[in-house]
Amino acid sequence: MADLAAVPVPRSTGLAPTVLGGIGRVVEHHWRWYRRNWRATAVSTVLQPLLFLLAFGVGFGALVGSGPNAAAATGGVPYLVWLAPALLAMSAAQSAAFESTYPVLSGFKWQRIYLAMAAGPLTGAQIGLGVLGWIGLKMLGAGAVYVLVIAAFGGITGPGIVVSLLAAVLTGLAVSSLVAAFSATVENEGTAFSALFRFVVIPMTLFSGTFFPVDRLPAVIRPLAWVSPLWHGTEIARGAALGTWRLLPTLGHLAVLLALLVLGATLVARLFTRRLAA
Amino acid sequence: MSDALVQARGLRKSFGEVEAVRGIDVDVARGEVFGFLGPNGAGKSSTMRMIACVSPRSGGTLSVLGMDPGPDGPRIRARIGVVPQLDNLDAELSVRENLEIYGRYFGLPRRHVRAKADELLEFARLTERAGDRVEELSGGMKRRLTIARSLVNDPELLLLDEPTTGLDPQARHLLWDRLYRLKREGVTQIVTTHYMDEAEQLCDRLVVMDGGVVAAEGSPAELIGRYSTREVLELRFLPERRPSAGELGRHADRVEELPDRFLLYTADGERTLGDVAAAGFVPLSSLVRRSSLEDVFLRLTGRTLVD
Repeated sequence: MADLAAVPVPRSTGLAPTVLGGIGRVVEHHWRWYRRNWRATAVSTVLQPLLFLLAFGVGFGALVGSGPNAAAATGGVPYLVWLAPALLAMSAAQSAAFESTYPVLSGFKWQRIYLAMAAGPLTGAQIGLGVLGWIGLKMLGAGAVYVLVIAAFGGITGPGIVVSLLAAVLTGLAVSSLVAAFSATVENEGTAFSALFRFVVIPMTLFSGTFFPVDRLPAVIRPLAWVSPLWHGTEIARGAALGTWRLLPTLGHLAVLLALLVLGATLVARLFTRRLAA
Repeated sequence: MSDALVQARGLRKSFGEVEAVRGIDVDVARGEVFGFLGPNGAGKSSTMRMIACVSPRSGGTLSVLGMDPGPDGPRIRARIGVVPQLDNLDAELSVRENLEIYGRYFGLPRRHVRAKADELLEFARLTERAGDRVEELSGGMKRRLTIARSLVNDPELLLLDEPTTGLDPQARHLLWDRLYRLKREGVTQIVTTHYMDEAEQLCDRLVVMDGGVVAAEGSPAELIGRYSTREVLELRFLPERRPSAGELGRHADRVEELPDRFLLYTADGERTLGDVAAAGFVPLSSLVRRSSLEDVFLRLTGRTLVD
């Protein structure tokens, strides 16, 4: 049919990605950013495991030694071997917390790239889940580097470390989803993030069984570890690396992490949607 | 099908107790450039965000491209382009990457967005800067890039929220030229602005908003014809020789008293100036000009637009 109007009627592309496709496009955006800016993070990705393994694995490990006390706690393996899979999980949880605070607030408030995304066909839920997906991928990459550094220190005893890596990423995602949901409600970073790190993230990294088993803690503090996603992740990561895991407890830890992730992801989807529609 | 691309009836938006938009009726026809004019806080941006299907309405009806922004938000957003009041480019990506990644959000294949980016870079006169990071661009260039980005899906409707705020005159004229080119290509545009000259330049039709309601509607010429006289005589006086508005009012259809000057509304400014001088009033300076939308706004609201 011929259009005789003097002015053409424009036809937009009118396309929108599928639900998963939209999430993938958000990941793609961050990947593009990373490809251009990876050098800035590369040094710390290698340096951080190096420093931690040197300080705690080698230095502190020498102090712990292999006396009967230490052997009772580590099950007889060298402290560095016992520590390494837990550090992997801790590193994932820490970087997850960081990646889900300032960068997320920036997406809403400073650079406002989430607002740009939401002006197109993407939904708030797709944007939030895409951000989580990217953080997961980044943790997987950084974790793989961590594993290589552990190997260089002779901290690996078998292929179970690959499962430790996956457990670390799952732990990170659970933390990331909850923190990102919180960040979506933060209007002004002021004290919100420093309080989060001071009162939640740092205690979590100290008391989740990374450096010593939680049963060495006073009985009143022990329940704190049980609510910590990092403790559940550490138990799986260490059990897999040392081959000491038992089926039922491991399934329990896995169930807790998955439940937290589902809760966090649901909150992220809702709170991103709400914030972007304000 | 009706030719109205956007139709609002009794459209309202409230934030808690605050009513930003208090029941407005709007029709935007295909191919026209439609303006929302008003001071800060008039409800322009809230209205735009409802039309852009990002902010749910609090009341009334709204249809955009024949669909309801409630259930059909993503489908509508796939067919419109949005230039927000504040740039939200990814400052750490290159100019070209910003265009390409944005195209990807619209489900477009990589090859398509690469070709489209070339075309848009040309359109925005940014081809030379394609590889530069956005943070290195000037304000005007960022604005042009934001407009180029909004065109990545060949939108039928383009929403521009204060497109030239903060730009120097040269950058503004370049943007106006680009918007005019889009109009000739048939892209319907909705523009908010608090610049009168911008509204007169760009808009076929506009509404004047104030306090969340529509104060007047029409083409710039219609509004001027309806609410103002052909010419305006602006007079400044030394404070000690300043006459009252009433004394000057005898010589004009209407007088507005501003802190620094009087505006005398009249069909013939030069003649009125002669009358005022003959009556013994000696102004420090005088200016005769055509009526503008600024005068319409002043008449409707009793306030100037930009303070």
